[in-house]
Amino acid sequence: MNIWVYILRRTLYVIPILFGVTFIVFLLFNVLNDDPTYQLLGKHASEERAMELRKELGLDKPLYMQYLDVVKSAVTFDFGRSWKSKQLITEMIREGAPVSLSFTLPGFFISTVLGILISLLVAYYRGTYIDKFVVFVCICGMSISSLAYILFCQWYFAYELGLFEISGYEYGFPDFLPYVSLPIIIWLILSLGPDVRFFRTIMLDEIYQDYVRTARAKGLSEPYVLLKHVLKNALIPIITYVVIQIPFLLLGALLIETFFSIPGLGGILVKAIYDQDFPVVKAMTVFISVGYIIFNLLSDILYTVVDPRVRLK
Amino acid sequence: MSTNVESQSSALPNDEKLYEKSKSLWQDAFERLLKDKMATASLVMVVLYAILATLSGFEILGGDWAVEIGGSYEAPSFKSINHLFGTDIFGRSVLQKCIHGIYIAMTVGFFAAMISIPIGLTLGAIAGYFGGRVDEFIVWLYTTFSSIPWIMLVTAIAFVGGGGLKSVCLSLGLTSWVGLCRLIRAEVIRHKEREYVQAANAVGASHFRMLFLHIIPNVLHVVIITFSLQFQTAIKAEVILSYLGLGVSGEPSWGIMINEAKLELSRGVYWQLAGATLFMFLIVLSFNLLGDALRDALDPKLKGKD
Repeated sequence: MNIWVYILRRTLYVIPILFGVTFIVFLLFNVLNDDPTYQLLGKHASEERAMELRKELGLDKPLYMQYLDVVKSAVTFDFGRSWKSKQLITEMIREGAPVSLSFTLPGFFISTVLGILISLLVAYYRGTYIDKFVVFVCICGMSISSLAYILFCQWYFAYELGLFEISGYEYGFPDFLPYVSLPIIIWLILSLGPDVRFFRTIMLDEIYQDYVRTARAKGLSEPYVLLKHVLKNALIPIITYVVIQIPFLLLGALLIETFFSIPGLGGILVKAIYDQDFPVVKAMTVFISVGYIIFNLLSDILYTVVDPRVRLK
Repeated sequence: MSTNVESQSSALPNDEKLYEKSKSLWQDAFERLLKDKMATASLVMVVLYAILATLSGFEILGGDWAVEIGGSYEAPSFKSINHLFGTDIFGRSVLQKCIHGIYIAMTVGFFAAMISIPIGLTLGAIAGYFGGRVDEFIVWLYTTFSSIPWIMLVTAIAFVGGGGLKSVCLSLGLTSWVGLCRLIRAEVIRHKEREYVQAANAVGASHFRMLFLHIIPNVLHVVIITFSLQFQTAIKAEVILSYLGLGVSGEPSWGIMINEAKLELSRGVYWQLAGATLFMFLIVLSFNLLGDALRDALDPKLKGKD
């Protein structure tokens, strides 16, 4: 198949997925959930006031119109206003996303690079006790609740030892650094385990391929084979794995942001869940899903450009 | 995790081995599992937790979590078994609360897996077997599901369900079938061209018979591995849902205990966090190790592919 035909077909496939996602969101938030008007106004609100609010929220429209509203919001990113703060949700996203990125992006970058280095090292020592030990540590690390890590690190490093700011945030480049350094460290602890484990599997998949044997047979040293041949080929699946994660960086880390009072998207979302602020939860769901669909498309296209074998299927 | 060197060497022709009665796949896998010490320990731990959860469910154990056994925030001591992990703000035994937490966690893990596995298995099998339009529809369905961030899907369903144990099981069950569905679909596609299926077809077996009596038993190992890994994911998710206020309420769960610890740590009260984390760590680690060992024993191809 011609690469352009593939890219076009793959891009058009976004449309049915977009309809599916918006339909599920519509089903969950508009159909299955109870009428929220009385929840907002209190039980004893007058009938007229309830009607007014329903009109304001667009809940008096027939269902198919409500569904079209969801689709429209997914394309235009115009989500209306929050019930709680009456702020424009698009505005909230625009303010919150950079804040989230200010700690997720460095955390993500360091974790990926460190993960690749560790997994290369582990691949070098494959089958030995070093390999087994690293894998065991990864699994142990993944078995502890993320809440426990956050609580412990915040209490011990920030409160007991006073090494970091306990919570809060300041806007502007160098000012936010003291507030985000501990969240970055926690992000590293949380993501290194799964990353190393995943990268190691990919490296080991490559290491038993014929071309690696050929490289060794040529007399190349093991580190050279790993860095020059294995890493290069392993980078293909690693890049796609990395690209798909990018939209979730926008969302930040829900739990880390709430514990450290960082006013990013994750913190906003958790607050909205507590307040039952449906438009905000719905908007975030649509926003991140659309982001995921786009980055998934990018990662698929990237995959075929880098590895032409995929297209033959 | 560890590869079994012994089982590979047994493939060599050996006079004694030739006359041995051959083992079934499951028997062989189980024996291989038992050779792995770590996997055996994990299996024992899982069984132990299951027993504790059952006992706690019938209130034989951990039913006294609401009873005050001492003052507020007593540090862990050896006064009695109930004092081993200290007491909480109301003077209730943290150990008893942890044991009741086992019941909540195991219930959530079990029922979430019991809901998601039939969905994933059926959809994956149908998609792989029939192909064509049906396949396209199911692939579209799971691509759609996996496009929505998992935490939000769970949150939204928990909202609809109104919180509580049932709603947690339901929301986790309804959102975690995608992975299994994908794996089963791929396996069934591989299997449906095999000779044994063609033979069944040749003797006039119906689609239903070929799919459910011939193909599915051959891909069942994928289900068992997924079950083990999904169980621990559900336990971890329950803790986060409890923290978000969408989990169980009115009774102790590990998530609620960890959440309470947020206010306790600054007073030096660490035991509620330590207790809940330890109890949770042991079971999640066991399921993780068991899942890996099962994968090694049953299906080396799947190694590391989550």
